Amino acid sequence: MTDACLTFKDLTLGYSSHPAVHHLNGSIKAGSLTAVVGANGSGKSTLMKGIVGVLKPMAGSCTVAPGKRIAYLPQQSELDRSFPARVIDLVSLGLWPRRGLLGRYTKEDREAVSHALMAVGLEGFEKRPIDTLSGGQLQRALFARVLVQDADIILLDEPFNAVDAKTVGDLIRLIKRWHGENRTVMVVAHDLELVRAHFPNTLLLARQPVAWGETIETLRPENLLRARRFDEAWHDDAPWCEPEPGHVHAHSHDDHHHHEHGEVHGHPDHESGPRAA
Amino acid sequence: MYDFLIAPFVEFGFMQRALAGSLMLALGACPVGVFLMLRRMSLTGDAMAHAILPGAAAGFLLYGLQIVPMTIGGLIAGVIVALGAGAVSRFTVQREDASMAAFYLISLALGVLIVSLRGSSVDLMHVLFGTVLALNNDALTLIALISGFTLLTLAIFWRALVAECLDPLFLRSVSRLGTPVHFIFLGLVVLNLVGGFQALGTLLSVGLMMLPAAAARFWTARVEPMCALAFGFGAISCVAGLLVSYHASLPSGPAIILSAGAIYLASILFGTRGVFNTKLRRHRHRTA
Repeated sequence: MTDACLTFKDLTLGYSSHPAVHHLNGSIKAGSLTAVVGANGSGKSTLMKGIVGVLKPMAGSCTVAPGKRIAYLPQQSELDRSFPARVIDLVSLGLWPRRGLLGRYTKEDREAVSHALMAVGLEGFEKRPIDTLSGGQLQRALFARVLVQDADIILLDEPFNAVDAKTVGDLIRLIKRWHGENRTVMVVAHDLELVRAHFPNTLLLARQPVAWGETIETLRPENLLRARRFDEAWHDDAPWCEPEPGHVHAHSHDDHHHHEHGEVHGHPDHESGPRAA
Repeated sequence: MYDFLIAPFVEFGFMQRALAGSLMLALGACPVGVFLMLRRMSLTGDAMAHAILPGAAAGFLLYGLQIVPMTIGGLIAGVIVALGAGAVSRFTVQREDASMAAFYLISLALGVLIVSLRGSSVDLMHVLFGTVLALNNDALTLIALISGFTLLTLAIFWRALVAECLDPLFLRSVSRLGTPVHFIFLGLVVLNLVGGFQALGTLLSVGLMMLPAAAARFWTARVEPMCALAFGFGAISCVAGLLVSYHASLPSGPAIILSAGAIYLASILFGTRGVFNTKLRRHRHRTA
């Protein structure tokens, strides 16, 4: 059995004291390919940000196995498309983990960049300014950057948005290639058919995990129904989750949430979505 | 021709000093201006220029019209405002434009108050508009140090600065340099404005930073040539401004900035990415 690559311990992530991901427990195995599925507002992107470390947990922890590098492709990129850069400059940013601030780009680095561009079908685009790319071409370029990053853990947040069928096919092929290279891949996706067809594992989120495990099991109709009925709104009158600050592990509803990986689905306690206490 | 273009710089020491000082200023300030513009912080430069005033004024109040105390004062005031505004925007919900405006307005009012405590409007004019024709050795040394330091820092942090402009979230996902590089950059802005205010004054020193950068944007779509071009435009503005001011007996600071302004206006119209080339001329297009 392979080791855990990412471990969530009672992980709660959110914004201004309202949880968006509530008490997530479990782990992602090294070399696994997991789809993260859920309605809008169910905490998928928040979970991604929490794993990368862009968002600090409100409680609990998310640990990355030591020495594992993460590549992250956000849903709403803060990419400034008006910045005067070429495709090759954008993709070369992926060399950062290897070369850092001052390391010189070697001949191999430049080859890695041009191989990555070839792999995403953007050969000949090296010199194109990024503001002339279409949405799909930009997404390919960003995938090329992930390729160049050569990371052990790859997080893709809704990479198939506004992308045509051919490009989706190409991107899926890349994801499978990463999976084949024993990298750990997590992908936020909405297309359940796509998930069923290509992803062995699925995490179904509705602010807390509804089901998590093999895709066929996770995406059963009753789970999907439960995931759809979650409460998306913030309630300012919701009671505090921890009675005393600092009592991170001693909250009252351990019985609801301390599920190990895989045994979540079918649990009757999850029907009403996030109850704060 | 020689009499018009070269003789003033050969014959007069003050013209040589003015030229050396302003060229060195352009060398550091123009690339900084390019990044200010690309980060959509063009007006931040302006705000910072105002923010420097109370520090310079405090130096002036304590030591009179002397370069070193006024520079140090300006530096302190600029750093406080830059750090304060930057910290508010990075760690609270408020955006940088609002926090910067708040901090610089406080700073400017304080500066005017301090200047008015002692001194006449002539002194205020010195601080606001500078005296490029009266640069002494101290001032030249200071400007040289500042522009050297600026170029070195830009060279070291170039990759991080580009990444922070192009895709800040990506930089945050691979490195912790994002926030430090932002503050280092704001520091460079302050440093170059302080360096410029001896020569051009607090109000106009930002002109040598922003105008050549804004003009260069109309000519190229890559960062490195843009910085080089901005310096080229800056240098031309310095030479042209000093000559015009010499021959027509005009104040030199405004003459330099107006020259840069003329280059900017010409670039809007005639640049390769300017109005004529992108809007008015009908382009033939290729089949693919």
